[in-house]
Amino acid sequence: MFEYFYKYGSPRHFYDLSKMFVPWLGGICLILLIAGLTGGLVLAPPDYQQGEGFRIIYVHVPSAWMSLFIYMVMATAGATGLIWKVKVADALARASAPLGASFTFLALVTGSLWGKPMWGTWWVWDARLTSELILLFLYLGYMALQTAIDDRRTAARAGAILALVGVVNIPIIHYSVEWWHTLHQGPTITKLDTPSIHISMLVPLLIMALAFMFYYAAVVLLRARYEILENERNSAWVCELIEQRRG
Amino acid sequence: MQMFHNSTSTVLIAVLKRDLVIGLRHRSELFNPLVFFFIVVTMFVLALGPYETTLRQVAPAVIWVAALLASTLSLDMMFHSDLDDGSLEQFLLSPHPLIIIVVAKILAHWLLTAAPLIVAALFLGLMVYLPQTAIMPLLLTLLLGTPVLSLVGAVLAALTVGLRGSGILLTLLILPLYIPVLIFSVATVDNAAKGLAITGELYFLGAILVLAATLAPLATTSSLRIRLG
Amino acid sequence: MSSLQSFLHMGGYAFYVWSAYGLSFIVLILNVVLPLKREQQFFRALIKRKERVSKNK
Repeated sequence: MFEYFYKYGSPRHFYDLSKMFVPWLGGICLILLIAGLTGGLVLAPPDYQQGEGFRIIYVHVPSAWMSLFIYMVMATAGATGLIWKVKVADALARASAPLGASFTFLALVTGSLWGKPMWGTWWVWDARLTSELILLFLYLGYMALQTAIDDRRTAARAGAILALVGVVNIPIIHYSVEWWHTLHQGPTITKLDTPSIHISMLVPLLIMALAFMFYYAAVVLLRARYEILENERNSAWVCELIEQRRG
Repeated sequence: MQMFHNSTSTVLIAVLKRDLVIGLRHRSELFNPLVFFFIVVTMFVLALGPYETTLRQVAPAVIWVAALLASTLSLDMMFHSDLDDGSLEQFLLSPHPLIIIVVAKILAHWLLTAAPLIVAALFLGLMVYLPQTAIMPLLLTLLLGTPVLSLVGAVLAALTVGLRGSGILLTLLILPLYIPVLIFSVATVDNAAKGLAITGELYFLGAILVLAATLAPLATTSSLRIRLG
Repeated sequence: MSSLQSFLHMGGYAFYVWSAYGLSFIVLILNVVLPLKREQQFFRALIKRKERVSKNK
């Protein structure tokens, strides 16, 4: 059984697997997106408080969920690469960072676009948005560290430590920011609370979240494939690939 | 370097002494963050206006943000000179456990940078009209917070030692991680200024310190091994 | 047709809703297109290098 993982942990096989799986994962993602968007934009009734504006949650909330999920994956992959020296894990970690940052960015911007018509300001320092902003800093820092270190193997291991430090910090930061927010709040309710959610609104949300998961799966395999190529550029199998492309 | 005895405490004390002596020899390196501290507070005052009512309200926040920034400036020196003169590699090759050496270095850094910072903070607190009731709590938060800065800073200093642009990179990486300390320290001093209870916040700061003290030395040694291995 | 219009109008929130979705769409597309391009460039560069090397032989 161990040999099974060992085989798929090898960069060569991962490259082939990636080529095979990405189209399928992408296809499933597309189907889920269509289903989710239809449900969210067309089928779900308008919210009695927020009207049609609430529909932004169908991209805002899944983005926010992904931004956290991807960080966990990044940290886990990094730890795997660090402890068991699995090369594919290093590639997955490095590939995940820009995706996590993208989703964090989307969560922030869509949150802002949601907040403006609802509560009148483009930005509000509510606990969740502030935590998302800090998460963006953590992602950008991770990417900056990897770029600053020339040797890719060292960069992966250093990144893993940074991601692990981040993982320990994230719950603390979340808690601190929430606590900070209640300190400075006052009697009003947290501004960007999702409206009390009816099943016809909830189902499209879950579908969208699943769609984003499949998207992440597809794209991380795509990106990781490139990272593997860069890591292994001098190896025999990569040279073989190049020969194939020439011919 | 002289031959060390094999006792843990001897190694710790020896490295501690060495770092303290070297640090005190390059006194300007210690002064700069201090001056920066004063300058940043001054900038805040210039931006906010000289009126006591405003300043008193923002005093805890201003002091802490400035202390944090000043503290970050001094982090680079933790491993930088050791990398340059080859001592860092020696530490990795030495038969003595790297973690002891790391703990000694963190302790030295804290003693060299935090002590002047805390003294300066007390003066600056007066200058921004921090209420009397808040002065002791400010001292407490700094006593609990600055070791965390040195501990977490050590991990990141080890990760970034010798890199191009390591100074600013280190700052960017570390400031988000300091946010909980900032939030709880300022809340403590704020509460104290208003005469409210501060025990909860102090306990939380203590908890963060214990967590950092437990995990940071280990993470630092791993980081050094990764970068120099 | 008026139902399509009212759909696009999003109860007055058209700008916000469509900007949010539009931006999401752009970001998601970019994250697919850019890696694909990079992979292409990687191969192109290495093929060029191989040609140069074999020419000089």
